[in-house]
Amino acid sequence: MSSKLINRRAGRPHTSMFLRMLMRAAVLRRGRAASALLAMVVAAAVATAMLNLYVDVQAKLRKEFRNYGANIVVVAKDGQALPVDAFDKVDSALAGHGLAVPFAYVVARTPDGQSVVVSGTNVDQVRKLNRWWSVTAWPKNSQDALVGVRATTVVSPQGKPFDLSFQEHAIHLNPVGTLQTGASEDSRIYLSLKDFENWTGVQPSTIEIAFSGSSEEISTVTRKLSQALPAADVRPVRQITEGEARVLGKTRATLAAAAILIIATAALCVLSTLIGWVFDRRLDFAIMKALGASESLIGGFFAAEAAALGAVGAIVGFGLGVGVAAWIGRVNFHAPVVPRFNVLPIVFVGSVAVALISAVLPIFLLRRVQPAMILRGE
Amino acid sequence: MFGRLVYESFRRQKRRKLLAGVAITLGVGVATAMIAVATDIGDKISRELRTYGANLIVTPQEDTLDIQIGGVDLKPPSDGAYLNEADLPKIRGTFWHHNIVGFAPMLPVNVHTADATNLTLLGTYFSKRLTFGKEDFVTGVRITHPWWKVQGAWPDDNSSDLLLGESLAAKLGRKPGDEIEISGNPHRIVGILSTGGAEDHQIVAPLALAQQLLGKPGAVRRLYVSALTKPEDAFGRRDPQTLRGAEYDRWYCSPYAASIAFQLQEAIPHSHAEQIRQIAQNEGTVLSRIKGLMLLVSLAALFASALAVSAAMATAIFERRNEVGLMKALGAGSLSIAALFFAEALLLALIGGTVGFASGALLARQIGRSIFDSQITIEPVLFPMILAIAVIVTFAGSAMAIRRAVKFDPVYALRGEA
Repeated sequence: MSSKLINRRAGRPHTSMFLRMLMRAAVLRRGRAASALLAMVVAAAVATAMLNLYVDVQAKLRKEFRNYGANIVVVAKDGQALPVDAFDKVDSALAGHGLAVPFAYVVARTPDGQSVVVSGTNVDQVRKLNRWWSVTAWPKNSQDALVGVRATTVVSPQGKPFDLSFQEHAIHLNPVGTLQTGASEDSRIYLSLKDFENWTGVQPSTIEIAFSGSSEEISTVTRKLSQALPAADVRPVRQITEGEARVLGKTRATLAAAAILIIATAALCVLSTLIGWVFDRRLDFAIMKALGASESLIGGFFAAEAAALGAVGAIVGFGLGVGVAAWIGRVNFHAPVVPRFNVLPIVFVGSVAVALISAVLPIFLLRRVQPAMILRGE
Repeated sequence: MFGRLVYESFRRQKRRKLLAGVAITLGVGVATAMIAVATDIGDKISRELRTYGANLIVTPQEDTLDIQIGGVDLKPPSDGAYLNEADLPKIRGTFWHHNIVGFAPMLPVNVHTADATNLTLLGTYFSKRLTFGKEDFVTGVRITHPWWKVQGAWPDDNSSDLLLGESLAAKLGRKPGDEIEISGNPHRIVGILSTGGAEDHQIVAPLALAQQLLGKPGAVRRLYVSALTKPEDAFGRRDPQTLRGAEYDRWYCSPYAASIAFQLQEAIPHSHAEQIRQIAQNEGTVLSRIKGLMLLVSLAALFASALAVSAAMATAIFERRNEVGLMKALGAGSLSIAALFFAEALLLALIGGTVGFASGALLARQIGRSIFDSQITIEPVLFPMILAIAVIVTFAGSAMAIRRAVKFDPVYALRGEA
C-alpha cells in the first residue's frame, strides 16, 4: 500500500510538484493571496475603464458636437440652382455617415410690397440637423409655414394666414409655428420643398451636411464632393470644425493625463502589495534554498505565481472595468460605452508585467542573503 | 509611554513607514490633482468653446428684416436702423463684463470697384483699442472669430487698408500688396481672408472706412458678443418679466446667455440683444457632458487611491504581527494596541496628506499649463477636505488589518505562525 503510494509519487512528472507548490501557496495563505489578487483586479479594472473611456469618448462627444449642425456646406456657384442629381450624389458620398438637407431660397413680396426671404426645405430633416432651433410647432400639412420671429411682425402679426408672391405667382400660407434662432433664420419663412417648388419652380441651391467624422475625414469627403459636383462650391464650415477639433483635443488630452495618473497609481498599489507579499514569504524562499532548490527554480516559481496572479487579475479586472466604463457612459452620455476588446491585450500584458516585476525584484534582493540568516529570523 | 512608542516606531521602522507614507502621498496627490482638474475643467472648456465664436448678437431695436441668403445681404445699404458705435464701450460697464471675452461690430456696405460691381464690404474691428472709464481694452474679430485666417497681415483699425475674401481674391486675381479701387479711391490689400463662410466673397475693412463709404459716421449694423455663460437650466429659461424680487436678482446675477443679453440691451440704447442659439444652446450640453465625464473620472481616481492607501496600510500592519504578539505577551490590552496603530495611521495620513496635497496641486498646475495654457486654480477649501479624506481612508484601510492584528494569539505570532 505504502510502496504503491511512493511509486505513484515518484512516477509523477516533475512539473506536478511545481503546480502543487503554486496551488498550496495560494490556498494556505488565502488572506494574503486574496488581498494581492484584489489589488490586481482593481488595478486592471481601473486601467480598463480609463482606456475604454479614452478610446470611446471621441465618438461620444462627436455625437454631441453634431448638435451644432452642418459642418460642410454645398452651395451652387453664382446663385444658380444645383443640378437635379446633386442631392443623390451627396447622399451616396456620405454613405450613411451624416445627414444632408437641401435648401432653396427666393426673395418673395408681401401684399404691401415688403421683401422677405422664403426657403423651401425638408422640414423633418431640418429638425434633426438644427436641434438648436426653438420652434413652437413644426409644419405638417401642405401650405403650412414656419415663420421666423422677426418675419412674423411683417407677414402675420396676429398669426393669421397670409399671402406671398414671387414673380406673379401667389401662395396662401398658414403660419403654424414660429422659429427663433438669434441668426438670419429669424427673418425667414420656411416651407416644405414640395410647396416651394410648386409655387416658385426654383430648385435647391444649398445643401447643408452634418458629417460625423474626424477633420481628416471631413476634408476627404469635401474633396470627394467637389469632384462629384463641379458646378458647386463645397466647403467645410470652419467655425464648427475648428471649434470641435479644439475642444475635443483638449478633452482627450485631459482624459489622457487623468488615465496616466490613475493607471500609475493603480500599478504602484499593485507593486507595493505584491512586493510586500513576496517579501513576507522570505521564509519559504529560505527553506526552498536550504533544501537545495536552484536560484532559477525559485525565481521561476515566484515568477509563475506572479504571472498567474497577473493573468487572473487582468481578466477579472477587464470584465469589471468594462462594466464601470459602461456605467459612466450611461450616466453621462445616456449611451453605454462599447467594450473595446483591443484594450484587453494591453491590460493583460501590463498586469502580468507589473506582477512579474514585483515578484522578481524582492527575489533579486534576497538572493545575496544566506538562507540561515532568514531562517533565524534576522 | 504611548508617545514614545509612536515615536520609536517611526524612528526604527523607517522603511515601512516610508512605504506606507509614499502610498498615502501618491494616493492623495492623484486625488487632489483630479479633483482640482475636475472642478476647474468647466471654466477651461468654457473658454475653449469660445472658439465657436460669438454667442450673443445685438441688433437695432426697430430693425427691418434681413434680406440675406447665404450670408449675402440683398437689402439696399441705406435701409434699416443702426446702432451707435459710441455706445459700444458701455458693454464694459455691465454687471457681467468680466465674462465678456470680446465683441465685434459689423457694418456691411454695398460697393462697386473698377472690375466688379455689387460687392459687399464688411466694416468691423480687427483688434481695436477702446477705453471705458479708466480701463483700456482690446476687442475685435481676432477675438470673437478665431477661425478667421489671414494670409498676409491684418489691417490696422485706424488705416484704410483691406482684407480680400479668399474666393473674391481668386476671382479678381489679387494678392496681398496689390491695390483695389473702391468708389474712386485706391486702397491697399494687406491680406487674404479665409473664413469658410460668406466673408470669403467679401471685402473686409476697418469699421471707420465702411462708415465713411456709407456716409453714416458711427453706424453699426450688428454687434457680435462672445461671452462666457452658464449652461441654461430650468430657472435660466424663465421669462424675466414674470420673476419677482429675489428671484429676479438671482436671474439677473447668473451668467445665463439670456441674462447677459438682457444686460447688453440695457447698456446699449435702442438695441435688441439675443442669444445665437446654435452656439449658446449647444455650448451648455457639451460643457455639462465634459464636466460630468471628468467628475466621474475623478471619482474613479478617488476610489483607486483609496484602495492603494488601504492596501499599503494593511500590508504595513500585517508585517508587524510579531510586535503585536510581543506587546500582548507583555500584557497590553487590545484597546491600547489599536490606539497605537490608529495614532500611527493618523500621523501618517496627516504627513502624507499634506505632502500629497502640495504635489497634487503642482501636478494640477502642470496639467493646466500644458493642456490649456492657463493656471488651474486650487481652492484653499480643498486642503482640509483632502486631509479629512486622507485620514478617513487611512483609518478605513487600517481598520480591518488592526482588527485582525489584535486578534492574533501571541504564542503563534511570536513563533511566526500567524
